[in-house]
Amino acid sequence: MTDSVLHVSRDQLTETVAGLRDEGYVSVLDVTAVDYLEHPGRTDLPDKVAPERFELVVTLISHTAPGRTRLRVQVPDDDPTVPTLFDLYPGTEALEREVADMFGIVFEGHPDPSRILMPPDWEGHPLRKDFSVGQIPVQFKATR
Amino acid sequence: MNSIATDEAVRRRDDSAVLRIAEDDGERLEAEAGTSDTSMVMNMGPQHPSTHGVLRLMLEMEGETVMRSKPVIGYLHTGMEKTAETLTYLQGPTNVTRMDYASPLFSELAFSMATEALLGLEVPPRATWIRMLMCELNRISSHLLFQATNGMDIGAVSMMIYGWREREEALRLLETITGLRMNHNFIRPGGVAADLPDGWRDEVLTLIDALPARLNEFDTLLTGQPIYRERLQGVGVINTAECLALGVTGPILRSTGYAWDLRRDMPYLAYDQVDFDVVVGTYGDCFDRYAIRLNEIRESIRILAQILHQMPSGDYRVQDKKVTPPPRARIDESMEALIHHFKIFTEGFKVPAGEVYAAVESPRGELGCYMVSDGSAVPYRMHIRGPSFVNLQTLPHMMQGGMVADAVAIISSVDPIMGEVDR
Amino acid sequence: MKLPLLGDPKAVIDQGLEGVDHNFVTGKLEDLVKWSRARSCWPATFGLACCAIEMMATGGAHYDLARYGMEVFRASPRQADLMIVAGRVSQKMAPILRRIYDQMMEPKWVISMGVCASSGGMFNNYAIVQGVDQIVPVDVYAPGCPPGPETLMHAILTLHDKITSGEITRRRDETGAGANLTVDQRDGQTSTGVVIRK
Repeated sequence: MTDSVLHVSRDQLTETVAGLRDEGYVSVLDVTAVDYLEHPGRTDLPDKVAPERFELVVTLISHTAPGRTRLRVQVPDDDPTVPTLFDLYPGTEALEREVADMFGIVFEGHPDPSRILMPPDWEGHPLRKDFSVGQIPVQFKATR
Repeated sequence: MNSIATDEAVRRRDDSAVLRIAEDDGERLEAEAGTSDTSMVMNMGPQHPSTHGVLRLMLEMEGETVMRSKPVIGYLHTGMEKTAETLTYLQGPTNVTRMDYASPLFSELAFSMATEALLGLEVPPRATWIRMLMCELNRISSHLLFQATNGMDIGAVSMMIYGWREREEALRLLETITGLRMNHNFIRPGGVAADLPDGWRDEVLTLIDALPARLNEFDTLLTGQPIYRERLQGVGVINTAECLALGVTGPILRSTGYAWDLRRDMPYLAYDQVDFDVVVGTYGDCFDRYAIRLNEIRESIRILAQILHQMPSGDYRVQDKKVTPPPRARIDESMEALIHHFKIFTEGFKVPAGEVYAAVESPRGELGCYMVSDGSAVPYRMHIRGPSFVNLQTLPHMMQGGMVADAVAIISSVDPIMGEVDR
Repeated sequence: MKLPLLGDPKAVIDQGLEGVDHNFVTGKLEDLVKWSRARSCWPATFGLACCAIEMMATGGAHYDLARYGMEVFRASPRQADLMIVAGRVSQKMAPILRRIYDQMMEPKWVISMGVCASSGGMFNNYAIVQGVDQIVPVDVYAPGCPPGPETLMHAILTLHDKITSGEITRRRDETGAGANLTVDQRDGQTSTGVVIRK
């Protein structure tokens, strides 16, 4: 059973999700994002979709005809804003906060746009590709 | 399908139950939370014996009644999704297994299923059935952990001792098979790490013979006990529409009388070849959630009995040279095998570019893995959809209007594992 | 029958304290204090991650931490003597950990349970404090991911040894600070050798 994938633009997102909800998609399972910084001219998208740095991925589930639909939304680097889905599915609140925290994507109209995982005074967005993993080199010493 | 997410009642309750003020915003807290002289905002956690790790709650209290509340998380944020981008697909399960540490095998399974979907691999039947066996054993140990901690949280401390006693039995079996009590790293892309050891049938049989009597002891100790029922019945009620709107899955959704279980409704592994019931509740309260988990242990025992009969013979991992290291014995006699083994474990194998979402029914709900590959040997992005993370959003809804003592019972009944919430 | 300290038990039962041959034991007060400190070392419930599950299992029926007078996990840090840092410490949790440590009464001890607490473990990244000894002084490091209940008990018994021998308290007097003690486990020995690194 493969999930169906839809590419939608930011302006159509709310409309598409509302439409899917009326079709019987009862829950938003997951909201996440990908930072395609290292693949600026990627070719896995359909012709009419222009690749952008960020991609928002929304997964919905239908229970009547069991199946999932994944929406892929291109979000540009210079204006990382997306309309919130909170008004349609309140369950996206925490998921969107996580994406905002980890990727710095702003959800317009979100009721609580504070950081969720990192401390409030944290600088940067850890899951962006230009944020370093923060590895500290480990010194291996011979045992005495 | 009676549930439309924007149901007016759901939204009204949502607005009045969730305290949407940042935890460091003292001014707003003072100005907005606390509409009368009698109300105050109280902090609970992150170091609190009944918050299951490091969950923190901000509770707006009116006397001893909880009005609005907000779960504050992130105290166990481990950066696992970032770390996953530096680990090969073979190393990946070591990372994800530490997310949900009460049911580690499910994270490994979701990760492996996503990788296999990208690779287009078909797992041999024996590996599929071994995975099912391990998952059901893990479901039992996870639900036993819930029984222990749930009892402890609401004051039935002796229940903790019994829960641990039974869990040790299940852990001993997991240790026999995987070599570890927790964080097994046993289910890997392409199959499982090792074949089942000799005598596994007898050991599983011993466990599933002994457990039902012990579960009946739980029934005597808790289910029929008036104090326990008084403490849980009618506490933390939630309905189906709210659950679906909030994206809740697992025992919480089923406790509202809504039968949704991925094992039955969107079968993976070989769950369509075994017979089991999806346990549902009626009232959506804490007691239903307790009873569902107790009875799911019984269903898992049923599944285990069928797995014992139907376990096929054959390979425990795919014989695909690309992902499977050569057998140990070959390394001693063949230089090529040694090089091959070395390359798989140092460089890893390359996975075709693409993106995929794979999900399993963990003891807490739908555990999904979203994976993006760019054709290299490490995932470009790996995201785990933790059921506990989403399920935590129900806390304000369930706690509103209840006593602060009920809050403890409600947190416990959600059974959050913070490692999976914060990742 | 005569017992070494009490004398004839029957006489004690019949006559109470009058029947005791020797009703005093001589020894140093210091030894008594150290002995009692080691034998009632109450841990704080400070579960963070995977290790917390194993810590609870240690307190469960099978491993039975109660044998060492330690089953009372105190919810309040003010009643606890021992902090078992069980799991990975995130940057967000670190200040809270320190605060809880400060709330505990002296004398207090810290066991760093598992590799994440000891060194960051496999999570060498932005989110995890690379070793809890950067925040609180650690007395005993228990290796493992997670350490099994046996390893935790071994760490606890090692700590008991050090409390009874007075080594930890002496060192505290010298430095005026907490512990910084590394336990090297040696093969074939149940008790461990202690190396103090300054």
